[in-house]
Amino acid sequence: MLLDVGRVVRNRIRQTFWVGVFVVALFAAFGAAALPSAGQAGGPASAPQTQPPPTPAQPPATATPTQNATHAQAGVNIVVLDPAHGGTDLGARGTGGIHESDIVLEFAAQVRTALEAQGFQVVQTRQGNANPSFDDRSAMANAQRGAIFVTLHIASTGTPGTARVYVMNDMAAGVDATGLIPWDRAQAPFVSLSRRLGDNVQALLAQRFKGSPAVVQTASVRQLRTTAAPAIAVEISSVTVEDRAQLDHMAPGIADAIARGAAAFRPSYVLPANPGERP
Amino acid sequence: MILPRWRWWFLAALFLAVVIAAIYLPILRRNIKQAAKLQQRSEEQARRELTQPTVINPSDPKVKAKLFWASGADDGTLSAVTVDLPLSSEPVLRAKQVLNTLLAGPVDTELRTLPPDAALLAFYLLPDGTAIADFSEALGTSIPSGIESEQMAVDSIAKTLAANVPQVRQMKILIHGQEMGTLAGHLDLSQAFVVNANAVAPRTDNAGTGPSTSAARQLTPTATAVKLAAPPNNMATRP
Repeated sequence: MLLDVGRVVRNRIRQTFWVGVFVVALFAAFGAAALPSAGQAGGPASAPQTQPPPTPAQPPATATPTQNATHAQAGVNIVVLDPAHGGTDLGARGTGGIHESDIVLEFAAQVRTALEAQGFQVVQTRQGNANPSFDDRSAMANAQRGAIFVTLHIASTGTPGTARVYVMNDMAAGVDATGLIPWDRAQAPFVSLSRRLGDNVQALLAQRFKGSPAVVQTASVRQLRTTAAPAIAVEISSVTVEDRAQLDHMAPGIADAIARGAAAFRPSYVLPANPGERP
Repeated sequence: MILPRWRWWFLAALFLAVVIAAIYLPILRRNIKQAAKLQQRSEEQARRELTQPTVINPSDPKVKAKLFWASGADDGTLSAVTVDLPLSSEPVLRAKQVLNTLLAGPVDTELRTLPPDAALLAFYLLPDGTAIADFSEALGTSIPSGIESEQMAVDSIAKTLAANVPQVRQMKILIHGQEMGTLAGHLDLSQAFVVNANAVAPRTDNAGTGPSTSAARQLTPTATAVKLAAPPNNMATRP
């Protein structure tokens, strides 16, 4: 009897072992087949954080074919839209788990739609959760002719429901011995144009969001300094809101103000006839 | 089932070991926690001793110092608060005194512009009127992230220096002795900030309170050598 029990147990163990081997083999086969398709289907959320941004030399992947010949002649027909931060850099963080890097990406989608409705081509510095460097983001604007640059931020401070536009402080436009503008002074020739663009957008924001300043602010914003184009930073208050919906409700108004401000700015930015000349 | 005697002894020893471990492990855990806390406290003590604010000498003449904190309007503006402080006539010492008072914060803590745990580690003044203010890491890590909040922090430092130390022409901010790209992800720290374009030249007898001129010069930022990449149409690269 004891021997019978032992044999039964051994048989059961043997059966379980072979069933286990079969299951593992099955999983391995399916897993191997699924891996390549998962990699192809990986959306922005699954993109590696160190993913390099598109090189400036590449044509903008996000450009739409809605450009208008009149706009192209006037100069400005491209907007480089920069949702700030991304990747491991979450930006400002609210107590309710709100992250600046996520919200600006969602705002950017609405701003982009509004800009495209105004006939602009839009190039985004990041589509997903990547974090291009400041210089990479600037390079995307610097490689375009007739572009303007808009970087989107959410603040940790300020009255919730308000928005401010910043432009770079006045900078000395130095040139080096070869006649090139140093990279870290790329914004210098564009400061007055940036201010004009900023005033347009800020005036519209002030109408829409009570408590916002009436005129553009100046600050030494790192992202703007290396950008060789009319460039503004739009900062929305704030991640401290109790309900995330408060910020979401601001998105259409922000998008409309940026798009209409950029459209109104279009005639005032006439590109020089020769590419090498100052704007 | 009868087990051999040695197995009984083995099981008994095993059981005893488990009981001893169950009693000892919580005690060991508590001891480790206490040791870590002691080490943390001693590090904090050492940091505080190193960064101890400059003592205000009561024998210095009292002057009305202007310190710039948030106005309270929640719009990014600053307002000047006048405080009677005995301030040294020596510019470096005077700058340390006013900046430490600024860091200590106003009576209403809501109006602070700088994090409460930030400290001024060193302050140098070069003969050309360039001040180098070296702050602890908390200035960058504890400040609320954003253009407005970072701008307010730098503005409060620059305006306070401009109002109280007329020798400072421009100011460079270092974090723990290092040049940083930004304060907390937004405001550019690679360049010097203009404090007072009409500053009077500092006296040259302050060598004892700061580094030698040559050493200090090594701390000043140099222009970035990277040049604007030439886009295909060569636009905006030539003035």
